Amino acid sequence: MGEARDGVKVKRVVFVTVGTTCFDALVKVADCQEVKDELYRRGYTDLLIQMGRGSYLPAKSTGDDGSLAVDYFTFSSSIVDHLRSASLVISHAGSGSIFETLQLGKPLIVVVNEDLMDNHQSELAEELAERKHLYCSRPLTLHQTIASMDLNSLVPYTPGDATPVAKLINRFLGFPEES
Amino acid sequence: MEKNTSCFFSNSSPNLVITCFVAFITIILVRFLYVIYRTGKPLNKRTPQQTLSTLIVLGSGGHTAEMINLLLVLQKDRFTPRFYIAAATDNMSLQKARVFENSLVDSGVKGISAEFMQIYRSREVGQSYVTSVWTTLVATAHALWLMIKIRPQVVLCNGPGTCIPLCVIAFIFKVVGIRWSSIFYVESIARVKRLSLSGLLLYKLQIADQFFVQWPQLQRKYPRARYVGCLM
Repeated sequence: MGEARDGVKVKRVVFVTVGTTCFDALVKVADCQEVKDELYRRGYTDLLIQMGRGSYLPAKSTGDDGSLAVDYFTFSSSIVDHLRSASLVISHAGSGSIFETLQLGKPLIVVVNEDLMDNHQSELAEELAERKHLYCSRPLTLHQTIASMDLNSLVPYTPGDATPVAKLINRFLGFPEES
Repeated sequence: MEKNTSCFFSNSSPNLVITCFVAFITIILVRFLYVIYRTGKPLNKRTPQQTLSTLIVLGSGGHTAEMINLLLVLQKDRFTPRFYIAAATDNMSLQKARVFENSLVDSGVKGISAEFMQIYRSREVGQSYVTSVWTTLVATAHALWLMIKIRPQVVLCNGPGTCIPLCVIAFIFKVVGIRWSSIFYVESIARVKRLSLSGLLLYKLQIADQFFVQWPQLQRKYPRARYVGCLM
């Protein structure tokens, strides 16, 4: 159905990623009607789920019936391209996914996996949420987060810098200051 | 005559053995205290040409990505040859390290010297603690074997459990005089309020020469750590 008035439908993709983990709870909730309706209501057109080692398979959809188009895959060698073309990223709380997304300047909702033992991951997500770099959520509250989020209120993340550590290491080892 | 000499030795050998033993223990103790004293103290100024062989411990999850991030800003001509070690069950880390080293070659850096090795894991996630005793012994023996081959002057690690046997052996090498090394530990950026188990061990045992943390909360909790801000 390509008869939209403006001719070309602008794609706004929501990219869900669980990294190399198994996080069925997130995949399931991203695929549930409540969340999909909420995303559609907020103007997104496509939902792409990277489901990792999980066993729950989302239902694919072309979105022709006035709803979200849904697709999924398990792994890719690099999710950077998917991150780049996304308008919203919903990610597990792995530091790699989080910082890759923040460094691309994409809006991010981090969903903490409550089934993990010794969940140190939530520390990072909560700290960055406190600093307003992203939204932090649990699987069961994801649709509420999506409904109430104000992406304009997010503070851009300034990428970190490893040079201070390098300087200290060099100084300790007795290397001269100039690089 | 042989009979006489054997009598002579059998009379004095217990004393000799005890003396040697006590002397040995004393030397080790003195060395140990010396190493403790010198841990954390900067080395003397280096001549510009000097290079340091460097052991880089990689780990699954975000560890390798963070380590590569640090290596990007270290002068490659100072930290060479480089030895990368990852756990045997970690498929991606060594591959990422190879890609990194290849990118150095591609960008025209000369004299690249890197080796990539795998080490047995002390314990897999979910493994029973009973079988872990044996696997830890095997892993430690393997670590010893690798460390004897490498004898690094610099050890860089940021959290995976594989770094513990390697750091402990590096420390022992310092005590025994096999090789003096500087051990640098950067706690992962994912650790905001609590140290990882590896971090806690190295911090408490005071094995690392410099212990870096990326969040101020950790620096307040662990005063001997140095806060360096986020690396990513």
